[in-house]
Amino acid sequence: MMPPDLSKPASAASEAASASDTPLMSARSLVKTFTVGRTLRPGSGRTLHAVDAISLDVFPAETLGLVGESGSGKSTLGRCLTRLYDIDGGTLTFEGVDITRADARALKPMRRNVQMIFQDPSASLNPRRRVRDVLAEVLKVHRIREGAGIEQRLLELMDLVGLRREYLDRYPHEFSGGQRQRIGIARALAVEPKLIVADEPVSALDVSVQAQIVNLFSDLRERLDLTYVFIAHDLAVVRQVSSRVAVMYLGSIVETGETDALYARPSHPYTQALLSAIPQPHNRGSRERILLSGEIPSPLDPPTGCKFSTRCPQAQDICRQVRPVLAALSTERQVACHFPLG
Amino acid sequence: MTFVEKPILLDVNGLTVAFATDRGPVTAVRDVSFSVREGEILSIVGESGSGKSVTLLSLLGLHDRKTTRVNGMVSFRGRGILDLSPGELRSIRGREIGLISQDPMTALTPVYTIGWQIAEQIRAHERISARAARKRAVELLGEVGLSNPQEAVDRYPHQLSGGMRQRAVIAMALSCNPALLVADEPTTALDVTVQAQVLDLLLRLRKDFGSAIILITHDMGVVSEVADRVAVMYAGRIVERGETEAMFESPLHPYSWGLMGSIPPLAGPRLARLKSIPGMPPTPDRIGEGCGFAPRCAFARAACLERPPLRKIGTQAALCVLEEPERAALRRTVLSAEELA
Amino acid sequence: MFFAVLQRLGQMLFVMIGISALVFLIFFATPGSDPAARLAGRNASPETVEAIRKDFGFDRPLPVQYVIMMNRLFVTQDLTSFVNRGLRIVPAVAQAAPVTLSLVAGAAVLWVVGGILVGVVAALARDTLLDRGLMVLALIGVSMPVYWLGEVMNLVTQSRFHDTILFSWVPSLGYKPLLTDPWGWFKTLLIPWFTLAALYIGIYGRVLRANLVEAYQEDFIRTARAKGLSPARVMVRHALRTSLIPFVTMFGLDFGVLVGGSALLTEVVFGLNGVGRLTYQALLNLDLPMVLGTVMYASFFVVLANALVDVVYVLIDPRVRES
Repeated sequence: MMPPDLSKPASAASEAASASDTPLMSARSLVKTFTVGRTLRPGSGRTLHAVDAISLDVFPAETLGLVGESGSGKSTLGRCLTRLYDIDGGTLTFEGVDITRADARALKPMRRNVQMIFQDPSASLNPRRRVRDVLAEVLKVHRIREGAGIEQRLLELMDLVGLRREYLDRYPHEFSGGQRQRIGIARALAVEPKLIVADEPVSALDVSVQAQIVNLFSDLRERLDLTYVFIAHDLAVVRQVSSRVAVMYLGSIVETGETDALYARPSHPYTQALLSAIPQPHNRGSRERILLSGEIPSPLDPPTGCKFSTRCPQAQDICRQVRPVLAALSTERQVACHFPLG
Repeated sequence: MTFVEKPILLDVNGLTVAFATDRGPVTAVRDVSFSVREGEILSIVGESGSGKSVTLLSLLGLHDRKTTRVNGMVSFRGRGILDLSPGELRSIRGREIGLISQDPMTALTPVYTIGWQIAEQIRAHERISARAARKRAVELLGEVGLSNPQEAVDRYPHQLSGGMRQRAVIAMALSCNPALLVADEPTTALDVTVQAQVLDLLLRLRKDFGSAIILITHDMGVVSEVADRVAVMYAGRIVERGETEAMFESPLHPYSWGLMGSIPPLAGPRLARLKSIPGMPPTPDRIGEGCGFAPRCAFARAACLERPPLRKIGTQAALCVLEEPERAALRRTVLSAEELA
Repeated sequence: MFFAVLQRLGQMLFVMIGISALVFLIFFATPGSDPAARLAGRNASPETVEAIRKDFGFDRPLPVQYVIMMNRLFVTQDLTSFVNRGLRIVPAVAQAAPVTLSLVAGAAVLWVVGGILVGVVAALARDTLLDRGLMVLALIGVSMPVYWLGEVMNLVTQSRFHDTILFSWVPSLGYKPLLTDPWGWFKTLLIPWFTLAALYIGIYGRVLRANLVEAYQEDFIRTARAKGLSPARVMVRHALRTSLIPFVTMFGLDFGVLVGGSALLTEVVFGLNGVGRLTYQALLNLDLPMVLGTVMYASFFVVLANALVDVVYVLIDPRVRES
């Protein structure tokens, strides 16, 4: 553990203080498979393990960053955690209640507590409905406010996400990308959730606007005691918002750990390569880049043994034969590697 | 690195591009000037709508002549690109200037093999047999790092991964050994580990083939990694240009300051808040004569409503009313504010 | 590949059996009407009705009736029209088919060539007077009813201006077999071809223009232009080639339906005794065996055309080849 540092964000410090031992959400050996290429012929089609036996805890008041390249299964995992997808194996609990196979009715209380934010909010905003109607509907469906309370709450929400109150009467197309994402956030906040799963919420935005939304996420967490699962491919953004990070590769978590320590001293060769691959204006030329050969293998046909063994510069024979499990390296760090880096 | 000794390959002066729209002409690029020396990598960086892609298309004369007015001067090896006949333009496109597109998924025609498409370009410019063109295609695919070029040459685009496809696009752009490669966000659609491979490839190609490269991107990280010189575009204008080293060391324009502050660092102490730029970029139809960044600029003043002057400091130049030493003082306040945060 | 073809043929057979069963059920198993009486046609004597009932086994269960009917239609081929006794169904259809095929095939050549020409020229000349003029012409082609256009053509070529040097070559209405009189075949069909093609040239030209204009927004067209290719090559090898896929789909459907009998109006106007006319007359007279025969014939061509479209897909789109 790094010693408390005043230069570190206040959020990380408060997170450490409020971190409790009982997870808010907990996944054990979670599996999600898809069948692709199925035709009428029986036995055709192949099984794709998008989420391959993932175990993961989300603790109250933390921001868990979920990073990985395309095909890593991070979005699928996010959708399993919010139960937008049915789960094919393992268990998922929220506040100690098993919701792995809960039906729509049983999920309703959980839906109020767990909300999802998507990359492209405009796809989920009905173009013919004003912001007011979109937000009010959520309040009514979940019976959160009634009568004049609704209007009061709408104004609160607009203030929270930094939109002018008069925008309530506008239609989605009248907003810019950043503003639409603010509306998406307002809709998620409307039900006063405990956990928000955000799937690439800033990756469609321009840098200067992206920074605004990243700051908004930080502010909201402070003010509303939110817990986030923040899914993104941009490691710099994830570092900025997360207190803990899980790195995914081909449907598995290869490493988790406290953000600053993980970025400073990655233990999995993939994490190390990923970090070294990011071009950085702030430390120009000051690092050595590890160039991985090839690309992520097809999840339809993952390598035997360690899934990263085909691209790993450190791979030994055992790596190609035995799949390493995610094991604790220290209290703060878990890694799935036969030869974790020192 | 300086390239003063190398001759100028491309010289753009006062380039202005306007589109005819239903609501009258819209100027997407205003009075843009820059030059590229032989073997140099110039990066044009900007957010969406800044006019960087429009600028690039004018270099190849690819704008629709019916709906687009292109003014100014684009001189490539001493020839005015904007005044060339369509036939003369075609002999430059692909042969002397190669294009690398953003999305390798859509940049190749889906119904032809990679080899066919590369050979097509070679044969458009050289009298060469189909067999010889195909052989060249195989060589080129090996050159850009495809592991099995003999096999890849007969693959259709959809049969290749994103990274392999982008390599194929690069091989095609290189096929006639052009003096200039223009790359439009060549790594944006790729994963970081693949992006690193492609950037590495571009740097190696510059060394092996000696091509100059204009790299268009929104990613300051990519810029810092590969560019010799940078031009920052905002609202249709180049607001700052200079050598990469100097630009990252001490950016001149308040927009560049904001851009740098918007990027979360990957190492060192984390910031409590990112230094974001308030507001959002203007759409091209809302840009007037004055500084396009003024509405979002913390240091805007009355003079910003007029055409901003070009101020040069060393190898850098910025379109901004701020003058030394006031500019340096303001920069110090911005930096200390970031540190306090 | 072999398996895919086999699968496709199996599907075709399945669809055709399905259609025949459906048609059979509609005509012969509709409750409240006596199939024997329907089959006998209007004003049939009770003896005839009774004979038919026995003959077709209408006193036996439905599946047996269906098998008897199909057996007589296709295997023994002795199913005859009840309006024109002695006229066997299958030979009658087989005699009408070449007429329709000649008419539609010739028109198809015209409309494919014409449609591509109109579409390509309009797309190249986008937003100019030429483009607008072509699109207006195409719209006129689409809007003109085929029977009206046919009658006007007849009026012009057969009576008003028949004696002028322009149209004196036009033979009188009717069909001349291709094998015995190729030149006559060509001359009698030329005017009908143009008449039938006018509508489709209009439709195909407009659709192709829209597809091409869309294709020109694609990245790969920008790539092709940036390669230094000539505008003609960009158009033909890249834009047109990739726009052919919807074109082929449309063509397959239209061709199948027309060969199946939808060229009826053209056939009537030009006195061509094709399948369309045959169907039409059978329907007028409630000649159920004949209706059954022509519907089966039509469905065969529609299904065949669809299968051919699938084959062409594989040829022109490598992405389809794998799935």
